[in-house]
This record gives sequence, structure tokens and C-alpha cells, in this order.
Amino acid sequence: MLTPERDQLAENITKWIDQYGGNRSALLPTLQEIQKRHGRVTEYAMQVVADKLSIHPVEVYGVITFYAFLDTKYKGRFIIRLCRTISCDMAGKSRVARQLENDLGIKFGESTADGRFTLEWANCLGLCDHGPALLVNSQVFTHVTPEKVHDIIESCRKAFGAHTLQKEEVHIA
Amino acid sequence: MTDKNIKLKEESRAPVSSSVQKFAAPQNEKAIGATITVTIDDKQIKVPMGTTILEAAKKLNIHIPTLCYHEDLCVAGVCRICAVEVEGQRTLQASCAYPITAPITVRTHTRKVRQARRHILDLLLSKHYGECYACARNNNCELQALAKEYGVDFFRFGHPDKPRFEVDRSSYSVVRDMDKCILCRRCVRTCIDLQEVGVLEVAGRSEASKVETFVDKPLGEVVCINCGQCINRCPTGALRANDPADEVWAAIDDPAKHVVIQTAPSPRAGIGECFGLEPGQPLTFQMNTALRLCGFDKVFDTNFSADLTIIEEGTELLIRLYKALVQKDKSVALPQFTSCSPGWVKFLEHFYPEYIPNLSSAKSPQQMFGAVIKTYYAKLMKIDPKDIVTVALMPCSAKKFECNRPEMCDSGFKDIDYGLTTRELAQMISEAGINLPAMEKSDFDDPFGTATGSGVIFGATGGVMEAALRTVIELVTGKKVENFFDHADIIPVRGMEGIRYAEIPIKEVGPVPDLVKHVVKDWKWLKGATLKVAVAHGTANAKRVMENIKAGGKLSECHFIEFMACPGGCIGGGGQPIPTSPAIRAARARAIYAEDTAYEVRKSHENPAIERIYNEFLKEGPCSHLAHKLLHTHYTPRGKYIV
Amino acid sequence: MSETYTAPLTFSKVKAGKGLEAALELDRAGVINEITASGLKGRGGAGFPTGVKWNLAAAAKDPVKYVVCNADEGEPGTFKDRVILTDHADLVFEGMTICAYAIGAKKGILYLRGEYTYLQDHIEGILRKRREAKLLGKNAGGKKGFEFNIEVRMGSGAYICGEETALIESLEGQRGEPRNRPPFPVNTGFLGHPTVPNNVETFAWAATIMSKGSEWFKKIGTDKSAGLKIFSVSGDCKQPGVYEFPLGITIKELLKAVGGLDAKAVQVGGASGSCVPAREFNRKIAFEDVATGGSIIVFGPQRDMLKVAENFMEFFHDESCGQCTPCREGNGKILEGIHMLQQGKCSMHYLRELCALGETMQLASKCGLGQTSPNAFLSIVKNFPDEIMGRAGAAQE
Repeated sequence: MLTPERDQLAENITKWIDQYGGNRSALLPTLQEIQKRHGRVTEYAMQVVADKLSIHPVEVYGVITFYAFLDTKYKGRFIIRLCRTISCDMAGKSRVARQLENDLGIKFGESTADGRFTLEWANCLGLCDHGPALLVNSQVFTHVTPEKVHDIIESCRKAFGAHTLQKEEVHIA
Repeated sequence: MTDKNIKLKEESRAPVSSSVQKFAAPQNEKAIGATITVTIDDKQIKVPMGTTILEAAKKLNIHIPTLCYHEDLCVAGVCRICAVEVEGQRTLQASCAYPITAPITVRTHTRKVRQARRHILDLLLSKHYGECYACARNNNCELQALAKEYGVDFFRFGHPDKPRFEVDRSSYSVVRDMDKCILCRRCVRTCIDLQEVGVLEVAGRSEASKVETFVDKPLGEVVCINCGQCINRCPTGALRANDPADEVWAAIDDPAKHVVIQTAPSPRAGIGECFGLEPGQPLTFQMNTALRLCGFDKVFDTNFSADLTIIEEGTELLIRLYKALVQKDKSVALPQFTSCSPGWVKFLEHFYPEYIPNLSSAKSPQQMFGAVIKTYYAKLMKIDPKDIVTVALMPCSAKKFECNRPEMCDSGFKDIDYGLTTRELAQMISEAGINLPAMEKSDFDDPFGTATGSGVIFGATGGVMEAALRTVIELVTGKKVENFFDHADIIPVRGMEGIRYAEIPIKEVGPVPDLVKHVVKDWKWLKGATLKVAVAHGTANAKRVMENIKAGGKLSECHFIEFMACPGGCIGGGGQPIPTSPAIRAARARAIYAEDTAYEVRKSHENPAIERIYNEFLKEGPCSHLAHKLLHTHYTPRGKYIV
Repeated sequence: MSETYTAPLTFSKVKAGKGLEAALELDRAGVINEITASGLKGRGGAGFPTGVKWNLAAAAKDPVKYVVCNADEGEPGTFKDRVILTDHADLVFEGMTICAYAIGAKKGILYLRGEYTYLQDHIEGILRKRREAKLLGKNAGGKKGFEFNIEVRMGSGAYICGEETALIESLEGQRGEPRNRPPFPVNTGFLGHPTVPNNVETFAWAATIMSKGSEWFKKIGTDKSAGLKIFSVSGDCKQPGVYEFPLGITIKELLKAVGGLDAKAVQVGGASGSCVPAREFNRKIAFEDVATGGSIIVFGPQRDMLKVAENFMEFFHDESCGQCTPCREGNGKILEGIHMLQQGKCSMHYLRELCALGETMQLASKCGLGQTSPNAFLSIVKNFPDEIMGRAGAAQE
């Protein structure tokens, strides 16, 4: 990461921490902001957050690793989370899962080589009446069938240049 | 003249979840509702409101097993082994975390309780890789002891046949073997809450959760200060010190090598515990015999170099004061900080690097001794220093890191080759078939033989300060310190409070003694001054002092501050026998102060061996050119960021 | 999501703001009395009497108190809070405001699970409207001296944060690990201050009760389980969706309404609930019989019950916070045992051992997750032995 970008990140982190109350309670929302903008929370970001909150970086790391939606490593730009819990399971999630793997050429827990897609399991998404359900980032797709998988992936591919799913998302290497 | 009750702002670092566990004891025990009668296994006892079931059971002599509970740490309530049945409650309760607020009836070994404990043990053992007989903690392992207590004779839920993790040997001081970890989180609470260093935390969740460093980096690459307090509190062998015993044996077995060992005061006060003695029974002179039996060529007393440290560090303080008060030199950094605790030194290098100038440049006694042995002693004995192997017996895991600092080679060789902890030496002694407590007593070897009481008390918090004050007061006033303090016991700096502060007014001054004539001409400038000193032990307290200084608080006016990384000072060091508790540390401290009283010479500057080395070797006196070359060092600003 | 079946809910018929108006006319004790009299119990599943909870928090001596709405709906098979927050968020906030008034809190927090991020804008919008309408802020609802604000905090994908003390830990910026209890949140909650954490539905009912009166609510349901309950129904039935029934309804009646009468079992209360076989369909859904947070999962005749148990245990194995031994290691052992059963490698002896382990987990785990996670497995083993043991090495016994 280049220095001006680091400074910008540190500045943003200070801003978010203040916005959410300036104490440790601001930790989770701040990490969520970083995750949303940068796709992960880098080592540098963790240490800046820790410094501003007067806690230890390892505590920030401990918190990030606890929550499924926070990452320290890069994931794809589109994180596809397929619900694996009982109702979606009974509604046929296994075939959808296989089709996702086939279409993307990766297994669950992996990311595509181009960095566009990550495939993950999710626990109950609260869409049991619409199963099988999946989330692409924070967008919901319900009653997914193997045939629909292709459309979902295509819509993501099309959106890749257009930034329709997440407007403010910026990736910093 | 003294003010021991200095109150600094208490920040509660422990998460609310842990701090709220502690119920404040009722102020007036006679008030209605302040005490509650609790029935445990049909026995009744009256306890103050908020007492935990575990504490109440202890008072009744009822044994409840524990794993994650530790007297020094906040309550976690995670291992669940201390589960008991509370009448009227659907589930079992963790007795370490259950505050008694109503008259309850408790049963500690019903069928449900026994089954739960056995299951918990079986579950822990199903993940605990390794064989007991191939473990550093064999026979001193809390998990092993519980397995015996509960008659574990087979692994109900299996037992791992291969390791899942690689052993982390990246640190000079601490080895982490996560295959033996049972996730009791004592190390986490030690590191984050007790020491406030913040190296270890639980990462991940569920079965995948694991105690990790920042982004799981090797321990040698993170802000670990090597204090080893986590080792002392680990119930199993997941954390242990980096053991160089094999290398030391090899040196002993090599006829070409002249192997000398120096022994620090704290291991002598603690080693008996490894041989089944009650805490607080020093085996100083029995150990000398045992060490010779093991094959060490010479046995020296670290107290000699502790005395040397006092002279060098004391002189350095006087020079700093002179520069600041007389020459009005603004660049002089005050207060001066002690530098004999390598854990504290690394703590400062990481978290307060801007205060490095305040650290005394004097090396720690261990390193001074190494430099002296490989120069002065080598010359005296006509031994080639390359054939000398210096071993240091220390209560400390951080000393292992210290002797491997690249700058610690001023003699032209590695000042100290190996640092042994109390536990490792006890192991070597038993390996040699020696029953330490039964040994005859024998003295230390010359030419450093005679030590003073000042060197001995280095082991307890406040000891360095007391030793330094004894010398500084006598050098400056020209009068016996006994005139100011009965028996030369400087009580105000003693004790176990985390931070202590004292003021010593200098009402009269004497002539400048020969020893320091080369640095000051007279003491007039000190007449009427008040020496302000402070003592802190445990890095959490050190941090509080540093924050006070940073904020320009009362402690920033101090002239001299003693810091020890470990709670209780060296007697509570990370290399000391396991277990540790406030009572054990207090017993070891009593042993040390008793030893001090028994010495004829109790002041560093009166040590004949010290007089001799300044006459024969360091002829230009303390803090002179040669002294600086051999006995002083420099520090590395490390910072807390890992890039 | 328009095709969701949503039964007509009472919430749609409640006039917005009426409950708050009624509450603000009473004094604080009056509000708590009304809620207590209604017999409302926590709708998240544990069933703690809401009035008692509010009363404890109101009695706590602390100038700072908090109201927390638990919208971390993560129990498998539960989605009613999603529907309530989509259609009736106003009522939920009204309930929170009433609670704040009753206990003397100035600040409320809605903890919304990360999976419902798409609801965040909608919810914030409603909050904005409430602030504009002076239903929040200083002199909220026109009551002089009553100040209350609500903030939305997002979860980040951790089921355990639905446990009230884990939720508070999460709000404090910690790993979402449940605390030791006592002390309870009503005395020592968020940042050490008295806190009332209630489920989304509980707050909505509280507002409804203040609007329609405790008598109305009390009359519905059974003696120990008063009032109406919102159910999330999914699985093998003709019409999955959100339903409203009085508590005390039998499983059979419920199945009839949702079109699942051919079911061979029903999971009541989600993964942490219990699996009721067809022969017990006359049992009542109520706190005194089969308790539930609202999740009803219907299993048709063709379902492999061991696979169901496997799915539940996979869920807990992933979502346990990992701090206490029984839950961290136990879920994995039971899951492993299920795999052994599936492969016919589990002896009867070991199966019994696993059931005993299940009992230990229920008794010795630190929080509700570990205490309930073996329920599904245990009830499936008990109620469907033919499906479990036929494949296991029964011959080894």
C-alpha cells in the first residue's frame, strides 16, 4: 500500500471511530466500514484501529476472526454466500451449490483466479420460506435454482464495471 | 517523608465482562444482608455477599477442580470443570464465576457433576496431543493431575495421533506448542489483562478457535516482551521456556571448556519448590554444592554484579542529577529508569521508545557479570575467554533473549552464552541424581565470592531501589544509612503494592568519597534537595507510571524509578517454579529479605570484591571509559507497529 | 420477496402511535404493571416475563440505562423478525420507546444481523421519520423531560450474538462471547449499565398491548403462555411463511393451517429446539409444553432424520463461540458421531456415550447455545431410533 493511501485510510479510520462514539464500542462499526470499502481489514488497518482505540492489535485481530463477515485476507469482489441450513437444504441447496461450483470452477471457500468471486457457505440467512437462498455481498437472491445460478453470476459480471452493487467500494492493493 | 499511597487513575483494561465478575466486598460485614449462609455438601458457612462458590468451598476445605481459574487473573468461567449443582437451577454452574447473593445449597459431586467433569476432561484430552512422559510439564501438569483425580483410564472421545500445529520456536525465550493448548485462556488474560502487553488473544471461533499472536505471526516477530508470565500460568506444557540444558551439558562434558555459572538470588529462593519444599525456603548454599557436582567449574554469585550494577547505575544517577541541577543541562533525561529487568526494557523499547534516554545505560547484573568474566576473570585466571562458557541461572525467561541481544558482546565474545531458568536447572540437578535439599552447604567461588545483602534483595520488587538508596545515601551523606533507616531497611520502597512512591530529603552532605571523585567535586548542590523515587512491578503498573509521566503527572518529577516486568519482581519471574500465586511470591520475597538481614555486608559499595575490581581492573572508576565499554549498553527503539 | 405468505397480523391493525400515547399517559410503574398484567413473555425463545425484566431494570439504581432490540435473528428456520422489521418497524420502535420510558433509558440500540444489511436503509428511514415526527429525541412523543434515541448497529455474521450477553459484548466491540451470569444484563449490561435486551417481536407486542390493553392480550392463549405469537414456518408444507397463532395451539392445528399434515416430524424452536414426532402432534406450542422462538420446520415423510441432525450439528459446530469446553468440543464430537452413524461405524455403546455427552452439554455449557445444541440430536435419536440404529452397528451390542 502506498503512503498517501495509508494516510487516507488512517484519516478515514479516525473519522469513523469518532462517528461511532470514539470508544471501543466503535470497533465493530469501524471494521465494517473498512471491510465495506476495502474488501478486507489489512494488518496496517488493524494496527491503526488498535492505536486509535488504545487497545492491542491482537484484540482487533481476535474480533475480526470471530465474525464471519470480516476478513483479514482478500476475498473476491463478489462474495456469494449460499445458505446451507436446514430449510434451504431441504429446498435443494445441494444442486445449487454444485452448479455454483461448476459455473465458477471453484470449490466453496475458494476465490476465482481473477479475484471476482468468492464462494462461501452461510448459516441460516433468515430466508427459509424462500429457499434455497443466497447473498451476493448484501443483495438477496431467493428460490435459486441451478438454472438461475448462471443469471446471477452473469449479472455480477455485468455489474463489475458499473459499480452497481456497492457504490463506494475501492480496492487498494 | 514518604507517601506510599500514591493513587494513579485506574483505567479498567479488563473487558467489562471480566471486571463485572468481581462483586465489591461489603464494607460493613455486620450489616444486614452483608453475609449469607451457604450450604455446600451439607456443610454450612457464612460468607460475605458476592463470594464465589469456589471461594466458599475453599473455606470449607471442599475441593473443587479448576483449570481456567487462576488467583492472579480475572474470572473466565470457560473450562467448566468446576461445575457444581446449585439447588433449584436447571443447569450446572461454574463455581469460579458464581457469586453467592442468596442462601443457596450446593452439591459438588453428584452424578451429573461427575459425569460433566469426566466428559470435559475427555473432550480436552481428545484434542491434547502428546505423551505425558515426553513433556516438560510431566508431573507438574494440571490436566494430567485432573486426569488422575478423575480416574481417566481410556480416551472416551479419542486422542490425537498426530500434531495439528507446528511448534513455534521463533522466540529466544518462549516456546509455544499449540497442540497441548486446552484453551483455558489463562495466557490471554495474563498477557492482556495482567501484563497489558497484548500479544496473545483467541482468534477464530468454535472448534477452530486458537490462541494466536497478531495475524498468527511467530512469537519472535511480535511485541512479546518475553516476561514468561504466560508460562507460569499455563496449566499444561503448551507454553514453556526455551530450554538450553542440552547445550549446557555439552559444554560441561567438553574438557576444553571452562564452564562458570552465576546464580541470581530469586532462583535460590524458589528452587526448593521444584524439590517438594514449601515456598520460601532458600537453598543458596546447598545449590552451590549441587552445581559443582553437576560439573560446573566455578559457581559465582550474581549478587556481585548486582553490587556492580548499583555502583554504575548509582553513579550514573548522580551524574545525571549533577548535569541537570548544577549544569542546567536540559538534554539530561530524568527520571532515570532501571534497566535490570529485560522484560521491562523490551516493553519500553516497544511501547515507549521515546523514553529510551531515560533508561540507565548500565547493563543488567547478568550481562555485567558475563563481560567481567570474559575479561577481568579470564585475565586473572589466565584462561582464553573463548574457552569460557558463561551460564546464568535466572528466574527469568526474558534473560534468554537478553543474552542473545547482538549488542551484548562487549568482551569480544558473547557476554553470556546460556540463560537457564530455575525450572531448567532443577531439571538438570535431578538428572544428575542429586537430591538438592539434602546437599551440604558450600560457599561461592572467588574472586567474586563475597556478596552483600543489597545484591540479594534485587530479587524482590523495590530491591534495586533499596540497594541503590543504601549506597547513594552513604556516598552523599558520608554517614551510615542506619542513621536514617533502622537496620538499613528502607521500608517505604518495600511491599507488594503495584506502584510505590517515596521521598528522601537530603538534609546533610559529606565529603565526596574516592570512588566517585572523578565525577563530582562536592555534594553542596544536593544539600536540602529531596530525592524522589518510585517503584513499579508488573508491566501493567509500569504502563500506568509511564502514562503518568507522559501526562506530566506527579511521577514525572521523580529522579529514579525502578521497574520490574514481573509481578512481585524477579521472585515472580517467568522462569520460576510453577505454580505461582500472590502467597507463593510473598513467601519467596520473605526468604530474600531474611537472607539480606543475615549478611554481614549489606551495602554494595562495601563489597570487598567490588572495591577490588575498581582498584585492579576498572581503575578509572564507575562510568569511566572502560566501565562504559564493558558494563554499559544501548537500546533499540522497536515501536509497537509490525510492518 | 412478494410471494412470501404472510398471514394477516394483528400488528397491521394497530394504530400507529396509540400504544406510546397510552403509555406516556401512565407513570412508569403503570406501564410496567400493564406489561406484567398482560403476561407477555420474551418472544425470542427463552420466555422470560417481559414485565419482570423491565421492572428489574427500572429498579436498578443507575442514571444510565439502555434498551437493546435483539434483531440478530439467526435461529435456523426463523425469519419472522425480518418480516416484522420490513412491515412493522414503526411498532418495534414504539415498543422500544415505551420500554425506555418505563425503565428510564435515554438510549436504544437495534442490533441488526449482518445478513439483513439490505434492511438497514429501510430501518434507518423509519427512524428518521420518527425523529422528524418528534417521537424520538428530546421530549419524545410530546412527553416533557423524556428523551430517547435509537441507533442501529450491525452484526457481522455470528449466530451467537443473538444470545443477549454475547450481543452486548459485540456492541462493546468484543468477540461475541457470552458472559457469566449472574450478573444479568438488567443490572450490569451494555458498558456495565442496566440494559433491557428484548426480541423484535417482544417490543412489537409491548406496543400492541399498550394500545389494546393487557386484558385483551391476557385472554388469548393459555394460563402460562398468554397472547399471540408470530411463527416462521418452512420446510415440507404447502404454504411456508409467517403466521400468527395464539400460544397453546397444537402442532396438528398449526400443520393444518400451513398445509403440512402429512409431516412425520416438526422441529419446533429451530435447531436449538426439539424435534416432535407425528405421534406427539397433539402437544401444545406454549412455554409450558413445546417452547419456541417461532421457528417451525416441517419434515415430510421422505426426510432422512439423521441428515437433518447432521445439518443442525454442522450449524452449531460452526457457530459455537468456542469459549467453553462442552460446546466447543462437544458439537464436533456429536457431528463426528453422526458421520459414524451414517457410515454404520458407530457402536451402540458409543451412541449412548454421545447421548450422555449431549446431557453434559445441556448441563455444563456456559450459555444457551451449548445448552440447547444437542437437543435436536437427542430428540431425533429418541424419537426415530429406527432411522438411526438400522444403519449403525447394532449387532456389536
